[in-house]
Amino acid sequence: MSGLGGLSVRFRQSGFSVKIPSFLGPSLPYLLFAGAIALVGLWVENFYYLQVLTFIGINTLVALGLNMLMGYAGQISLGHAAFFGIGAYSTAILTVHYGFSPWIGLAGAISIAGLVALVVGLPTLKLSGYYLGMGTLGFGMIVHILFREWTSMTGGASGFVGIPPLSVGNYTFYSPTAYFSLVWGTVLIGVIICRRIIDSRIGRALRSVHDSEAAARAMGIDTHMLKLQVFVLSALFASVAGFLYAHFVTFISPGTFDFLTSVRMVTMVVIGGMASIWGALLGAALLTLLPDWLHTFSEFEMVVYGLILMVVMILLPQGLTRGILDLWEKSKGEDIDIKGESDGDSFR
Amino acid sequence: MLRVRNLKCFYGRIMAIKGISLSVREGELVTLIGANGAGKSTLMNAISGMLPGWTGEILFREKPLSGLEPPAIVRSGISLVPEGRHIFGPMSVLDNLKMGAYTVYRRQRGEAVSGDMEMVMELFPILRERSGQPAGTLSGGEQQMLAIGRALMSRPKLLLLDEPSMGLAPLLVEKILNTLTTLKNQGLTILLVEQNAQAALGIADRGYVLETGRMVLQGPAADLLEDEEVKRAYLGKDYDEFYEDF
Repeated sequence: MSGLGGLSVRFRQSGFSVKIPSFLGPSLPYLLFAGAIALVGLWVENFYYLQVLTFIGINTLVALGLNMLMGYAGQISLGHAAFFGIGAYSTAILTVHYGFSPWIGLAGAISIAGLVALVVGLPTLKLSGYYLGMGTLGFGMIVHILFREWTSMTGGASGFVGIPPLSVGNYTFYSPTAYFSLVWGTVLIGVIICRRIIDSRIGRALRSVHDSEAAARAMGIDTHMLKLQVFVLSALFASVAGFLYAHFVTFISPGTFDFLTSVRMVTMVVIGGMASIWGALLGAALLTLLPDWLHTFSEFEMVVYGLILMVVMILLPQGLTRGILDLWEKSKGEDIDIKGESDGDSFR
Repeated sequence: MLRVRNLKCFYGRIMAIKGISLSVREGELVTLIGANGAGKSTLMNAISGMLPGWTGEILFREKPLSGLEPPAIVRSGISLVPEGRHIFGPMSVLDNLKMGAYTVYRRQRGEAVSGDMEMVMELFPILRERSGQPAGTLSGGEQQMLAIGRALMSRPKLLLLDEPSMGLAPLLVEKILNTLTTLKNQGLTILLVEQNAQAALGIADRGYVLETGRMVLQGPAADLLEDEEVKRAYLGKDYDEFYEDF
């Protein structure tokens, strides 16, 4: 393990997974989550708030997928903005240039992103640690250049205009409330999919790969295949998010899918808390909201932004979720300090 | 059951095993002893498929293992307890055991797996007490038990153990080795790699002595225990006894 070996780290009974008895597992959190979405959807009428919340949902979707790859399987990707972009541009091109319905666009976005992830992942995932980071970073940059330079298809640097809004039959998702519900409904489905995977045999295998790839292989796990599968899965999440993004803002430009976006996605996962589904949500929310809150600092905005991220990482090195849970357990006096290794560090 | 012929293993251009042969018959407990760097772990990794790029022949139940990846080898009935245990620290004891059953999960649903789990917990009752705890919080001996239990979960025909006594107190070593005897009596075939020659030869049927990539001695464990060469090199009986003799 890495350098945290000697630190005193709090362990919970079995990490984050609680044994699931029924189809959805402990359905209470989901019901609460769905209830919260519905409440917000019904009560918030301010266009701006709904828009921000929708962006949080889209980012959460990306973070959820990336969290499966980083938090659970322990593989880093610094090129996830590429899949986000592929999702957005695929549907944009299919709907505008070829006049297909957006739902064909969705199918296109998913299959293209999945295929690209497969082709890119096959050689790249043989790498690990920093080298995997470099490999995915290079991939992200290539795709970004493609968006910018393939002017006839993508509209180049000036962007892609006129992406149609989503509609089902006669109903169009025009109103912000409708789109908000669509996005967060998708997030809910994403959360359930992730939860189901994590609590399965595959989920355990992912965590074991994270912990010790050699030992996982000795257990008979085809680790290369497994990493490839989770890479494709996370790419699919990002592409669906890209699809939702494109039809929400109806205008996309290459700048949205650059290297910084990839870094921001990684930051969401790390800040929120690795290997935690709710961490993806928290991280996405914080990183989406922060720039808005910090407008008051005008030119110091980015300084304060960086400072906040630093403080969070110093005070809660395991991310927000873990940190909040620790505080909660401490307040209930249930914490056990055990010398051991943490499962939060995974930049290896 | 297991037959290795003229096996050579390479790390880059360095030959770590220089053409060895050994065999393990069904129901036997065979031990392979040797000092650090003799190539013991290399042999284990070659058999379990973790180390590609060996030449020679490894046959398991008459089938060659060359070119097979670990998943296929585990499915064929070989299970490795790796050196240094390599349990999954952040995961619970229960999840660790389930990981061991990874290859059988799909074919045999829950009940068979929980039956196996029950069997492992009979063998190591402490694991039942600790079942919900992260494996990283167990003591060294408990972790070794977990590593063995985890390896048993894939229902192996042949169990490979790479230095299970490493870093354990003598009492625990005895306990672990007793368990191996129990497993052997239940019909499991075992290949045990050890530096602790005395203890390993004490429970084994036959033994091999490996020295810098070559097999230097082999024979029934009882004979090896009496062998002057083994005594001198591995049983730590050299100085006083040697001086007495001369």
